[in-house]
Amino acid sequence: MTPAEEERAVSLKQVTTPLTDEVVSGLRAGDRVLISGYIYAARDAAHKRLYDLLQKGEELPFDVRGAVVYYVGPTPPKPGQVIGSAGPTTSGRMDPYTPALIRAGLKGMIGKGLRSEAVKQAMREYGAVYFAAVGGAGALIARSIVDSEVVAYEDLGAEAIRRLRVENFPVVVVNDRYGGDLYEEGKIRYRLE
Amino acid sequence: MREVDVAQVAEAVARLCQEANMDLGEDAFAALERALEQEESPVGKDIIGQLIENARLARKEWVPMCQDTGVAVVLVDVGQDVHVVGGSLEDAINAGVRKGYKEGYLRKSVVGDPFERKNTGDNAPAVIHYRVVPGDKLKITVLPKGAGSENMSALKMLTPADGLEGVMDFVVQVVDEAGSNPCPPIIVGVGVGGTMEQAALLAKRALARPVGQPHPRPEIAGIEEKLLERINRLGIGPQGLGGRVTALAVHMEVYPTHIACLPVAVNLQCHAARHKEAVL
Repeated sequence: MTPAEEERAVSLKQVTTPLTDEVVSGLRAGDRVLISGYIYAARDAAHKRLYDLLQKGEELPFDVRGAVVYYVGPTPPKPGQVIGSAGPTTSGRMDPYTPALIRAGLKGMIGKGLRSEAVKQAMREYGAVYFAAVGGAGALIARSIVDSEVVAYEDLGAEAIRRLRVENFPVVVVNDRYGGDLYEEGKIRYRLE
Repeated sequence: MREVDVAQVAEAVARLCQEANMDLGEDAFAALERALEQEESPVGKDIIGQLIENARLARKEWVPMCQDTGVAVVLVDVGQDVHVVGGSLEDAINAGVRKGYKEGYLRKSVVGDPFERKNTGDNAPAVIHYRVVPGDKLKITVLPKGAGSENMSALKMLTPADGLEGVMDFVVQVVDEAGSNPCPPIIVGVGVGGTMEQAALLAKRALARPVGQPHPRPEIAGIEEKLLERINRLGIGPQGLGGRVTALAVHMEVYPTHIACLPVAVNLQCHAARHKEAVL
């Protein structure tokens, strides 16, 4: 193992989906985590549809309770690949829809970039966690996705909702349920005045 | 007049679209290796390590290093002694983009109308910038530009009184406000002078320079160095999670401007500083 790998190996937490309230409560901003189990790929257009269903009080096309969504729009798979390059997209675009999903039971989100105050408040209130995956590391991340199946909105193509089976998907906790925020804390820690 | 057939142009563009997305240049690799040495944050170090591993994997397995394979920005230097034959140059470039994105299994991210937002399905049209230069060659640079970093870019019309300090403050402010969104560590393209659109184009062209290659004019190179230092004091770090390396390089291009103008454009680029060129 290289020193970087060794460091990664000693400080990693393992979680399995669906996430329970207990697991969410045990995660803190700055934790490096490996996720295994099923996660749901959903981005802009899919989020809008999920939000509209919730507004109308209708059923969602998958069980959102304890679920983790991944903001991703993968490249088309080459023949024989489960999925193409699959790094995170900017989470902020999903902010208008996210608090409603958290209220409905969503426990985790994987993306990159800053979240709105409304999202962070919903996370504190209902207990949810926001993970960052490494933006741009799409080829590497695809290795931890072992299965992919469209579960809703096939007509949206690259934006359809997919259920992904992941093994040891590497992420870092950015926002925890206690108000911890690694984007703020990390920047303050390394800022030179 | 030297003749270049459009079929050659289309082939070259198709190849460059794939190469740019799969094969990170040695310049960017070297910049990431340097960043790995400089970074102090354990999380940041881990992330840079993953980015290097990712780029190696993409090259080896010939898959895109990032799922956002971008809009194809194509910079064309047309020698004034070149005669393009066999059809339209622009059509050939777009045909090359279609072929490259299809055959490379690259993501098609272009919508045909900014309001209707219906995907064109083939990543065409490209965004093309031509420049007529001396000689009988055609130089084509393909720079696939992802939205995460492009969306965090900005332009401001400063006044001459704002001066160099004003320019530097604006650049640092744009990077600070972008935070984690453009996938740091980033390359910061800065265009100063000309007119509004000229400044933006200068900033884009600055991104096509090899990562970390200083500007040939020492005084501009000095500004780049100062800006890099100020940006890396912000603490944003790899992926915005805190650290020493927020930017790998700052590239500035300048152009004469109006007595009353000081336009400055900042075009951000994620670590995947993708650009490949061919000379026909």
